[in-house]
Amino acid sequence: MTFEQIIFYLFSAVLVAAAVGMVTVRSPVYAALCLILSFFTSAALWLLLEAEFLGLVLVLVYVGAVMVLFLFVIMMLDLNTDPLKEGLVKHAPVGFVVAAVIAVEMILVLQSAPFQIATPLNPAPANNTEALGAILYTDYVYPFEIAAVILVVAIIAAITLTLRRRPDSRKQDISQQVQVKRADRVRLVKMKAETKEQA
Amino acid sequence: MMEILANFFGAFLPEWMVTLLIILIKVVAIVLPLILLVAYATYAERKIIGFMQVRVGPNRVGFKGLLQPFADMFKLIFKEIVIPARSNRFLFLIAPLLAMGPAFAAWAVIPFSDGMVLADVNAGLLFLLALTSLGVYGVIIAGWASNSKYAQLSALRIGAQMVSYEIAMGFALVGVLMASGSLNLGDIVRAQSGSIFSWFVWPLFGLFLVYFISGVAETNRAPFDVAEGESEIVAGFHVEYSGMAFSIFFLAEYANMWLIAALTSLMFLGGWLSPFQGLTFLTDMPVLGRVFGDGIHWLLLKASFFMLLFFWFRATFPRYRYDQIMRLGWKILIPITLVWIFAEGLAIALGWKPWL
Repeated sequence: MTFEQIIFYLFSAVLVAAAVGMVTVRSPVYAALCLILSFFTSAALWLLLEAEFLGLVLVLVYVGAVMVLFLFVIMMLDLNTDPLKEGLVKHAPVGFVVAAVIAVEMILVLQSAPFQIATPLNPAPANNTEALGAILYTDYVYPFEIAAVILVVAIIAAITLTLRRRPDSRKQDISQQVQVKRADRVRLVKMKAETKEQA
Repeated sequence: MMEILANFFGAFLPEWMVTLLIILIKVVAIVLPLILLVAYATYAERKIIGFMQVRVGPNRVGFKGLLQPFADMFKLIFKEIVIPARSNRFLFLIAPLLAMGPAFAAWAVIPFSDGMVLADVNAGLLFLLALTSLGVYGVIIAGWASNSKYAQLSALRIGAQMVSYEIAMGFALVGVLMASGSLNLGDIVRAQSGSIFSWFVWPLFGLFLVYFISGVAETNRAPFDVAEGESEIVAGFHVEYSGMAFSIFFLAEYANMWLIAALTSLMFLGGWLSPFQGLTFLTDMPVLGRVFGDGIHWLLLKASFFMLLFFWFRATFPRYRYDQIMRLGWKILIPITLVWIFAEGLAIALGWKPWL
């Protein structure tokens, strides 16, 4: 076994263990941490495959941003886990159906033509990031832009759904606050010192 | 020097162990000076802020208090690590390590001088962004595992703050990457060579400001240190930590400050490049030429300047209110970077590249 293979099997073992842990541990926080660990190890595996851009972006986006917000939500939860454990038998069939649908979809996608290329691109691009950028903004520019638009729509939809305007809340207008000049708030008054007789 | 070492170890060790050993030696050669820099940054901070507030600062231990960092270190080592009741013991103890790991690992791709880098990776900039975004976990986990409402509030504050300012920071770096055409930190610095006027700080001045301000917010320093707001939430996420566990958080914070300082110098101020570049009558002088020429001392000097700014800010500005922090990040810094990147893209498309 070469050194690379040893590293590969090590990371794969950690990845599988973390993924199993994610669905089996009781505490939701531990589950989220297991998910983070599995993202991180799969990023390491991608680095081993010389897909450094994808690996680092996985860490940057999922581990660095998405999972932080996940942890946020989970940490705010009431940590009484008993209700979460209820109804395993009742929900199991639905879970199996969803799992089967995902498995079938993945098999169909992986058997499609773009995934059948056994040999790497020739000549292999020296700089992964540059190669990906060149492809994204030429061959796949429309899917790329459409994906971006969908994401923007999703952001706006999420904000509109959760935005509650409360006319009775006393909100501070920060831009007004920071534009305050000294003259608006303090007045320098010149006056004579008071004498004993006046007081 | 590394070849001599490699030959020496190669005589009685297999090849992969030699490679591993050389890498370990390089890691130690980076980490030890870094820890010393961190220790003396704390001393410098107390002295500088003392000077600004017309105090003397530490002056008891050693000459002019120069041994103060070691006294602090020994005190912290011998203190008891108190683990709060009903805290999550495993996460409580692992959180400081999660904070320190990324702060030190990021130094692997920092070029200290031409070719003087541990890992000369192509996607160095992405690596840095990925690692600096990991630092938040140590704090969030510490806040949650402490089982304290102050720590929890602080963890929520810092989590939202770091995720927000990362965006502005990333966009500022996109500008650097567009100007240099590379993600490799060495190439970014080399793209700024020529003279002091080819540094990226001139064409990208707005991004430079945004980057450093976001850096101050990312390292959770004053005036963005709401996570530690001692008047509201005691000391924030590390309120339950004592002894070494606390000092590791401290170490991570200062290592991150040095990282931001070094990165700002690398991205915008030409890193190891000398400001006298191009002035051949200075750089060709027999002995002084080495001082005026490029080298690691310029990077150290520039990074030290940014460290001074960190301390200066702390002595000068009152703390931001939390909603003001969010407003600054989302409504001011991010729009500035977006407009700047758009203008820069236009300049590149028109072939107008003042930095070349």
